[in-house]
Amino acid sequence: MQKKISSIPFAGTPEQEAELKAVIAKHIDDPGAVMPVLQEAQEIYGYLPIEVQTMVAEGLNVPLEEVYGVSTFYSQFALSPKGKYNISVCMGTACYVKGSGEVLDKLSECLGIEAEECTLDGKFSLTACRCIGACGLAPVITINDDVYGRLTADMIPEILEKYKD
Amino acid sequence: MEMLNIKINGMPFSVEKNTTILEACHQFGIKIPTLCYLKDINEIGACRMCLCEVKGARSLVAACVYPIDREGTEIFTNTPQIQKYRKTTLELILSNHDKKCLSCPRSNNCELQALCKEYGVDETKFEGEETKYDIDATTLHLVRNNNKCILCRRCSAACKNQYVGVIGANNRGFDTEIGCAFNQTLDAVSCVACGQCTAVCPTGALIERDDTAEVFAAIADETKTVIVHTAPSIRATLGECFDMPIGTNVTGKMVAALRRLGFDKVFDTNFAADLTIMEEGTEFLDRVKNGGTLPMITSCSPGWIKFCEHYYPELIPNLSTCKSPQQMQGAMIKSYYAEKMGIDPKDMVVVAVMPCVAKKFEIKRDDQGHDGIADNDYVISTRELAKMIKTAGIQFTELADEDFDPIMGIGTGAGTIFGTTGGVMEAALRTVADILTGEDLESIDYTEVRGMEDIKEATYNVAGMEVKVAVTSGLSNAAKLLDKVKSGEADYHFIEVMCCPGGCINGGGQPIVDGHTRNFVDVKGLRAAALYDDDKNLPYRKSHKNPEITAIYADYLKEPGSHKAHELLHTSYVKREKY
Repeated sequence: MQKKISSIPFAGTPEQEAELKAVIAKHIDDPGAVMPVLQEAQEIYGYLPIEVQTMVAEGLNVPLEEVYGVSTFYSQFALSPKGKYNISVCMGTACYVKGSGEVLDKLSECLGIEAEECTLDGKFSLTACRCIGACGLAPVITINDDVYGRLTADMIPEILEKYKD
Repeated sequence: MEMLNIKINGMPFSVEKNTTILEACHQFGIKIPTLCYLKDINEIGACRMCLCEVKGARSLVAACVYPIDREGTEIFTNTPQIQKYRKTTLELILSNHDKKCLSCPRSNNCELQALCKEYGVDETKFEGEETKYDIDATTLHLVRNNNKCILCRRCSAACKNQYVGVIGANNRGFDTEIGCAFNQTLDAVSCVACGQCTAVCPTGALIERDDTAEVFAAIADETKTVIVHTAPSIRATLGECFDMPIGTNVTGKMVAALRRLGFDKVFDTNFAADLTIMEEGTEFLDRVKNGGTLPMITSCSPGWIKFCEHYYPELIPNLSTCKSPQQMQGAMIKSYYAEKMGIDPKDMVVVAVMPCVAKKFEIKRDDQGHDGIADNDYVISTRELAKMIKTAGIQFTELADEDFDPIMGIGTGAGTIFGTTGGVMEAALRTVADILTGEDLESIDYTEVRGMEDIKEATYNVAGMEVKVAVTSGLSNAAKLLDKVKSGEADYHFIEVMCCPGGCINGGGQPIVDGHTRNFVDVKGLRAAALYDDDKNLPYRKSHKNPEITAIYADYLKEPGSHKAHELLHTSYVKREKY
């Protein structure tokens, strides 16, 4: 699947930038530094927008395209931020056969975003995740730490209502 | 040197330890098919075309990256099993390839097509989902068509080898595609327009923007005087497009063909190369005498200029203000020549034949042209010229030699060697040395700056003045040299930089050389030798001795660096963003 590039404006702080620069300085002489630096950059910023990847490219003196290539190859790297509420839809086998696909489609429809994207107001992000081990409740979604099980698509609008603020 | 006794297809052979199977087989007289392998810059074993069998090995091995390190290694290159695997690989590549070969600009010159023919491939063996990509035609110089891409990554290797690296593989698996960071189009990134990607692409995924239709239309327009001029290196490479040996000088046939295409006048850009030396040599001496910015760096190569603007903007003051020979030639045609012939420059169409795709970008740069009139209207590459000659049915190899047209048709040996790395420096030294000594020096071969080494340095004592020079080509080498200049480690007076490795003879617009030839034949050396031979045999070998150059200064420009010369022949540069 192609990585979704976020159009949400970048809101990095000077503190985060200083932290990233320290990470770059730590790895600058390591061969293959791009991947560890991206991992730590994602810990700092939560995701890897062009602004962050440009700082990594500049700092390590590698082409931005190479950094981007690494960030789109590994599924662990995200190009979209997580929202205030991150919704994970379990796509494990049990949830999938019990209809998590339809649940995901309904969430997409209600939020106006696709999987691996974040709403423009930064409130909701949507993730299609692997088995979370709650197969008895299939199909399952989590919204931050809240778990919702035995779902059908028509239950989604009501659940989202709880997260209006 | 440890030698190993091995067997290739059952026949005994001896090779140096750690030679790759590909190299060993080449020495043995067997060509192993490759699609991704490019010696020194793309050794990744990705395309699986070079699979061979090594007796005892668990599976077939990639010949391009497999070092022979054991005595008695037995290699098989062409068993029925290997043939079947290679054929399947090709069929799988074709299963996601835009197979419209008839309309492809690389048809008959495509490495994938050639291999499919050799292996008798069924193009419909695996039918299924095909990825559809938008064509990126956002730049003036090239067109990216990922529907033709086979993901060999030669282009991204060539781009990175140029210290640019704006295209590469993104995403993963079936979604993998060659593109720019964050899916930007090529016009939005710091591509320097060198076109090296087009020269290494085995298929039609990367091609120069085709301007031949516009040129044919201009020729057909009877209200226009259409003038063509050809860069120094074209004469050493155009013949390759007509199956002539690499390094054949075809100046006379090229001129004859251009006349048969219908151009009204055929001029030699070598003339403007000589003009460049007059201006640049004078600028250099002025900088030395009057404390100008040193080292001065040459400005002939528009890919190098764009690179400097994106990646080393702090060195812009070091760039010579001289326009490139292409632009000087155009400027003189549309001023001096137009006035002399009584032609309104607005009724002229000037076409430059260049070894380069960055030249297509250069003609649209700011601060080129004068009074709203562009110096050149179209740039076509060596490959595009060959295509025009073929379309017009001109029997190139049968043509008798003809000469360039007068007034801007004489070039010296100094002009001709502009086409290879070190040539501009040598040409400048020939003129600067004569000016400083006030003599007509006989020793004019500056061999220290010739050749294909990454960075060439020399110090010359000219009439008591020490001149330290450096010459480099290929932007990775240029970056190394510029870093030394920036840090103050190097104290050169004059630097020549050419964007493409080896200079214009290896430009991004030159005839495509397939991977095998590129890997095993000294293409750059052969092409350069043709230019040095030309230089040796020309009646004039110093720019300031060119009679047409002395005439143009006497008649029109007055002296190098004059007000008129500045108006027509000099330019300025801008800082560009890297990201």
